[in-house]
Amino acid sequence: MVHAFLIHTLRAAKAEEGLCRVLYSCFFGAENSPNDSQPHSAERDRLLRKEQILAVARQVESMYQLQQQACGRHAVDLQPQSSDDPVALHEAPCGAFRLAPGDPFQEPRTVVWLGVLSIGFALVLDTHENLLLVESTLRLLARLLLDHLRLLVPGGANLLLRADCIEGILTRFLPHGQLLFLNDQFVQGLEKEFSAAWSH
Amino acid sequence: MRHAARPGSWRRCGHCFASRPCLERAARPQGGGGGGMLATGTESLLRQASVCLILVSREVGAEELGRFCARVSALLQAEDWGPDALDALRRLFLIVAATKYSRRLEPTCVALLQTTLCSPRCPERLQLLCAAVLREMAPSDSLSLSCDHAPSSRQLGLVASVLLAQGDPQQVRTVGQCVIKVLESRQPEGPSLTYLLPVVSKVTSLAPDALPEEQTKALSKRLGDWLRYASVQQGAAHASGGFFSTPRARQPGPVTEVDGTVATDFFTVLSTGQRFTEDQRLNVQAFSMLRAWLLQGGPARPGAADADDRSELEGSTVSVLSAASAASHLLPPAEWLREKALEYCQRLLEQSGRRALRKADSDLQKAVSAGGWPWAGPAAPSEPPVSPQCLVEAVLVLDVLCRQDPSFLYRALPCVRALRTRLCGDTACVRALLPIAQFFLHHGEAAAVDADAVCQHLFTRIPSEHFHSPMLAFEFVQFCRDHLVLFGSNLDLLRTSFPNLFKFLAWSSPALTSGFVALLPVLVDAGTAVEMLHLLLDLPSLTAALDLQLRASQAASERPLWDVSVRAPGCLEALRDPQAQGLFQHLLRAKASGTVERLTPLHQLLQPLASCARVLQCAQAVPTLLRAFFAAVTQVSLPPRASVPAAEGQLELRGQPQQYAVRAQSAAHSSPQGSRHGGAQRTGASGQAPRLSLPPSSPVGPWPASWHCCSWREVTHFSRLRGMKLTCTGGSLLAAPWGSTPPVPSALVTADPLPSLTPSTHPLALRGLPHRLFPLQRVATSPPLQLLLGRTFQKMPFLKARLVWAYPLASPARGQSPPHQAVVPDRPWGWGLLSGVLSDRVLSSQFPALCKLHPPLVVERAKELLEFVGSLGGPRSTGHMLTSVVWAIGEYLSVSWDRRCSAEQISRFFEALEALLFEVTQSRPSAALPKCPPQVITVLMTTLTKLASRSQDLIPRVSLLLSKMRTLAQSPAVGPVHGEDDLGAVRTRATELLNLLKMPSVAQFVLTPSVEVSQPRYHRDCNTALPLALDMVSRLLEREAGLLPG
Repeated sequence: MVHAFLIHTLRAAKAEEGLCRVLYSCFFGAENSPNDSQPHSAERDRLLRKEQILAVARQVESMYQLQQQACGRHAVDLQPQSSDDPVALHEAPCGAFRLAPGDPFQEPRTVVWLGVLSIGFALVLDTHENLLLVESTLRLLARLLLDHLRLLVPGGANLLLRADCIEGILTRFLPHGQLLFLNDQFVQGLEKEFSAAWSH
Repeated sequence: MRHAARPGSWRRCGHCFASRPCLERAARPQGGGGGGMLATGTESLLRQASVCLILVSREVGAEELGRFCARVSALLQAEDWGPDALDALRRLFLIVAATKYSRRLEPTCVALLQTTLCSPRCPERLQLLCAAVLREMAPSDSLSLSCDHAPSSRQLGLVASVLLAQGDPQQVRTVGQCVIKVLESRQPEGPSLTYLLPVVSKVTSLAPDALPEEQTKALSKRLGDWLRYASVQQGAAHASGGFFSTPRARQPGPVTEVDGTVATDFFTVLSTGQRFTEDQRLNVQAFSMLRAWLLQGGPARPGAADADDRSELEGSTVSVLSAASAASHLLPPAEWLREKALEYCQRLLEQSGRRALRKADSDLQKAVSAGGWPWAGPAAPSEPPVSPQCLVEAVLVLDVLCRQDPSFLYRALPCVRALRTRLCGDTACVRALLPIAQFFLHHGEAAAVDADAVCQHLFTRIPSEHFHSPMLAFEFVQFCRDHLVLFGSNLDLLRTSFPNLFKFLAWSSPALTSGFVALLPVLVDAGTAVEMLHLLLDLPSLTAALDLQLRASQAASERPLWDVSVRAPGCLEALRDPQAQGLFQHLLRAKASGTVERLTPLHQLLQPLASCARVLQCAQAVPTLLRAFFAAVTQVSLPPRASVPAAEGQLELRGQPQQYAVRAQSAAHSSPQGSRHGGAQRTGASGQAPRLSLPPSSPVGPWPASWHCCSWREVTHFSRLRGMKLTCTGGSLLAAPWGSTPPVPSALVTADPLPSLTPSTHPLALRGLPHRLFPLQRVATSPPLQLLLGRTFQKMPFLKARLVWAYPLASPARGQSPPHQAVVPDRPWGWGLLSGVLSDRVLSSQFPALCKLHPPLVVERAKELLEFVGSLGGPRSTGHMLTSVVWAIGEYLSVSWDRRCSAEQISRFFEALEALLFEVTQSRPSAALPKCPPQVITVLMTTLTKLASRSQDLIPRVSLLLSKMRTLAQSPAVGPVHGEDDLGAVRTRATELLNLLKMPSVAQFVLTPSVEVSQPRYHRDCNTALPLALDMVSRLLEREAGLLPG
């Protein structure tokens, strides 16, 4: 079961080093608030969730940077891709790490991330998920989002203002955080259905 | 609460964008905020446009938001669901989502969002946006949404997503019950259930007991049906889901297998077709949620419910083995589901086997060896991407099934065995081996041989061949952590395979360090601890060696996994040298095979790779790992939560039986006589538990209540002696109250506090204490560790070679600066480096612990320690290393720990430390030099006093020195210590020590405590008490002071 999905920036510009921006985040159902006796305000709970997401995003960013450095790829080396190049999603670096209980979620969680140029995609999961399935789902989501939002195309829509599209993709391919075993044909079917619904 | 009240607090990053926040700007659809940056490239455009939008959205003030809400409300009210409404809702979502602080929307707006969400005619995109906005506001108090309002199952799904996001357990239950009620309706033209099944899955994961038992059973039954009896005809075009329909409906054909053959009777997630029917979609969803459902929902109440169900079935007992036959429809729901799940998994394994045979081509092989993720490599897109996941899932489900009902094992085992045989030779499916191993481990008795075989394969081959796959590495470490208790005899295999496991760590240290810190205590083993220490120190060289191995083995045309900017042609050539080859192979060994002292040639060979980012990352992880290693080694003897004294004055936790046992053991090891200074007397014969008797001079009397449970250090912190007028000299005072030997308290005789060190019936012994102690003895006394310690103090070629190799510069904290800038090749090596990197971070806290494990260490390594102390001088030598080494000398350089300790040795140390104190205190204060912490001075003074109390010729010298120190500390202008508090501490300590030395017997008694202070009883028992003695002495002194004239 996926607990949360997020899209965030990677490799922040020099001017704002260390500022990792969460572009989109979504919790599938909420972790119950901690069972201490004090009543929580709704605002505090929401703040907590946002901070949790940000903590994950930051950690993904540093994992991504460390992995890129280790492979000898540095931010400065990466020339901006021309819009015609297909994004080599199968070459996009990915990784996984574990979040200890209480930091930042109450339960222990696993995070699987995928870095595509300047955007990070991450799934926060229960431990003991089928990580192969998680990884392929994450790549599928990234591909769909990049394709349908034309994220990396200059003049393309900004994903911040296309939440309906993200939601539409998630509802079909990750409904309520349920990872699905979808074969190619099935993905195509769902994708067609999605395109049809969004074309008019 | 505190934030929402102030709209201004949203402007966290307002300084970046000084322009007035403007909704219209924020909302201009085509990235208006970043319009001027089109030429700067996609990435920066994306980033800057996004950041700009986020910031502008945050700056939207309350008033502006109110106006905007009104506009949204107007659009929704009028049911104007055109582009304007879409645009407005998108903006509204952004405004709500862009800040972590709550946004207060107009109540009418929130109400209209809910109405729109539940409106039957509203387009899906707007509904999704409404749901997203409401979810983003969650948790929210102003929600009036309810599952009953949703007109369609799709909208019910959306409503459920909003409600589940509230984090209210009661809400979760309500949603679950409502959704499952809809699911129960069985009309063929009823609502599409595909939207609801994931909700059920989510609800059970959030609250496993949320669903009523009856409905859970009913759903289990239906899940089984969907799994097994989905139609094998393709869906007709008009039935494809409602949003998309082609005018010309094609004739549906049968679904096909992945290899193109027609599927006859069984639809699975691997079946393909142009269109899918509703029940085929449900089949996919049912399989996707199956494992979690089996684990959480179905079998939550497995025993009783199933038995009841079964008795209802006409009283007949249904044999599980015959369940596959025609009688199976009579099974109770949970068993029915398991039965169908088993069939499904068997079918999947069969399907994937068929495919794997067909696809065993060279492309895939290449993709696997080149990339870390075999199924996403360059050759992957032609593959149906689902199969390996299915394989893994099928095995995991089979595992769950067999755990819940062992009778399935006889049907599942052959499939999994066959799969293992097939996959062991298949490099493409390495990750599927982990669940297979898990399956065998869970069913140990039936599958012990298989478990051994698969563990052997996993531990010996996989890490060496696939260390460069980050996901496999993560899964592998998690697998090891999760199954430690199941490994059984394979645990030894795991332990001896640590050189192999460390390859994962060496290659992906950032992601795996925490996992290995958790794993190390289990991996540390008597036989391999020393080798593990060596390898941990060599970990960065292992990284470099692995890098080199990859470079040597992979064609240059492939996408390299290493840093191509670092070139190492010389390394590759040098590798052909037979001598280097041997060392290289040793470093890359798969199993523990002993240590090699002289790795220097290899270090030299790998030098060009030392600046690789990956190597540097690994080097940064080593101190953490070393700390964990030492903690694991010492933890075995120290009781839980024991603190190691790092410096003088810190409380030392003694008095735990286990720890005492270690001492007794160590003493027996080093001094065969086994008798102890100060009263611990070993009365047990050889092979029996050593037993303590009380020192003959223990006082008898009441125990001051305030001293209960206080520790020895507190007592000796001179608190009782502080300010006392110790004008009398001589030890005669002490003799007075201790005139008679008290009877041995019965508690000591009846309840032996010591765990037996030899096999006995004592519970602690049964828990394996003796053999857990053994590795410590080995670690503390075997040559390499002594070598480590010894040579640490001899500028250590052993450590230095590795450290110098791995730490050209004291490593910056991770992430502070790019590792590539950190390389300064001609940085002086030596103590600065050593204390900067190793000493302060690792050894300083571990040295006293090691001394504690093996007290004769100080006496044995006196020569090196003296040398080390001699090298410590200079104003820069502050820090923990000095404090703890000096503390350890004072504590353990005593005949009570090692009978070889001679007066001559003590006076040599005294001289060295005296010189050191002189050096530390005489340096002039300067801005360039760090201040000398008062702890360094006090610990030096105390240690000198301790030594003097053991060799009383030195007392005049130390008294003179202490007086000097006291004088020095009274004139703040001179000396390296700044601050009145610090000076005061030095002054007080000097005074205390001077007073104490006036009574040499007391000084010896206090400063060289006998061993039984280790026992808690010593501090609690009213019959045995050093504090009591001190108290009595002080009272006597006070009385005498009052009686004596002047």
